[in-house]
Amino acid sequence: MSSDIAMTVRLSQRDEEMLAGRHGAGARLAMSVVARMADACGADELMDITAAHIDGCGLLSDAGLEFAETLAAGGARARVPTTLNMGPLDLQHWRDWSIDEAFAAKAIRQGKAYADMGCVPTWTCAPYQGYLTPRFGQQIAWGESNAVVYANSVLGARTNRYGDYMDICAAVTGRVPRLGLHLDENRRGQVLVRLRGFGSGDFDRETFYPALGHLLGPLAGEKVPVIEGLPPVVSDDRLKALGAAAASSGSVALFHAVGLTPEAPTLQAALHGRAAERTVDVAPADLAAAWADLSTAGEDDDLDAVLLGCPHFSFAEFRELAEHIARAGGKARADVIVISSTQSWALAQRAGFDRVLAEFGARVTLDTCMFHTPMLGGEVRTVMTNSGKCAYYAPGELNRKVAFGSLADCVRSAMLGRVRREEQP
Amino acid sequence: MSRRLQGRAVVPGRAEGVALVCRQPLSLWGGFNPRTGEIVDRRHEQSGQVATGRVLVLPRTKGSSTGSACLLESIRSGTAPAAIITAEVDAIVALGSIVADELYGRCVPAVALDAEAFASLRDGDVIAVAPDGTVTIGEPPC
Repeated sequence: MSSDIAMTVRLSQRDEEMLAGRHGAGARLAMSVVARMADACGADELMDITAAHIDGCGLLSDAGLEFAETLAAGGARARVPTTLNMGPLDLQHWRDWSIDEAFAAKAIRQGKAYADMGCVPTWTCAPYQGYLTPRFGQQIAWGESNAVVYANSVLGARTNRYGDYMDICAAVTGRVPRLGLHLDENRRGQVLVRLRGFGSGDFDRETFYPALGHLLGPLAGEKVPVIEGLPPVVSDDRLKALGAAAASSGSVALFHAVGLTPEAPTLQAALHGRAAERTVDVAPADLAAAWADLSTAGEDDDLDAVLLGCPHFSFAEFRELAEHIARAGGKARADVIVISSTQSWALAQRAGFDRVLAEFGARVTLDTCMFHTPMLGGEVRTVMTNSGKCAYYAPGELNRKVAFGSLADCVRSAMLGRVRREEQP
Repeated sequence: MSRRLQGRAVVPGRAEGVALVCRQPLSLWGGFNPRTGEIVDRRHEQSGQVATGRVLVLPRTKGSSTGSACLLESIRSGTAPAAIITAEVDAIVALGSIVADELYGRCVPAVALDAEAFASLRDGDVIAVAPDGTVTIGEPPC
């Protein structure tokens, strides 16, 4: 198809060679997508990237499988170090779950196609907490909305919010359209979000961060928000929860937090010395409304399953969970499902947390997530999570009622088999 | 009486259909089911509506970067909208459509309008898009 289309983007000699098929049919297809996207989005030229993270390996669809196998069969290989997002299957333990054989066979084929293209089999949606973490200022092509917002905001690496299949095309060509968040001028903070009337107790609450993220998405729209008023030290996992929620309720691909994130040592620096286009004050009542909006189930509702690890649980989150379980002292009545990466889980096992989780009755599954692999039985009607992202998508994508609450409240509620939240906004 | 709006052809193509107008952004993964064409974001104003064969009028997408995969899958399985009109160039929409064109030789035409033209579109309008980005609004059927 691409040969029929007149392109206006300037291409390098190597780009032209790829487009002409001189580096194989796979590279030709990838370059055609990159160049057509540059035209569609109004970029004048392409630029190099030096790492990629693939989200397109997550969803199992016939089209996605055909795309991956077409590229791989065409000899496409990643030219830059490339990690993989979670996939449609726990590749080692899928037989422990009631997974359809045909689904598993296709998922394994899809995984093989990406491995054949030279991708690193990280299989995680939190690639910033594992292998090949990007450096400050590094130009990268990442997919997965939560990973994109983390890479840009917390690490200061530079990527647009690449959609599925653009990510692997960028990896294969080493090229992306030169626009958006790759460029200094587009990283300027535009909407100033001032936290007003919060005390240190509020910032200590775990649910503060996903609730703030949930609020931030619609507030920011397509603009870059600057948050003023967060404490100077906030853990990686809390920033991860904030970003993941903001990238679900909205399109946030970059936020600045004054005094906290690397491109915002001061408010002036975050705004690139200009005035904010809009200023919004956020008060405790707004946070409370966002907190409430994340639940479709109510207090004391029967609880069937607790879902943890969206994005994938880190080592530190496993430790927190083990501590809450030890403190609560008992067993879960509801299902408890924790999703993570092989890397974080290996560390958790070495720390002995696997025994604590097993005694509690929690099941751990790796490489995948509840949205991409069929994990919940038909009897599951109500789920609970500490993730703003999971709470946002669960009603539509899992077709279950959801309660949002802290990790401690998830443990407490799992033991009761009922939604019970002591941490309120 | 029909009226014409000039947009930017993000993915050029010709299509016609009845407008399904969203004022809120939508994630095409988690908000749209590619097997049925239904809008499944239960927080969304058009939740429960089926976008198949409609001209989906959407300010922009939001949320998941898997949205392009869902659009591609819906094009493959015949549940896709006839065309998508946005209020700005939307990379997720463009990508799903371009990959479908590369893989299957068919795409969902995508047009970006300016904010004022975008705001003038109404649910139920009969809309035709042309490869040059022209959007023609006809009389709604009685």
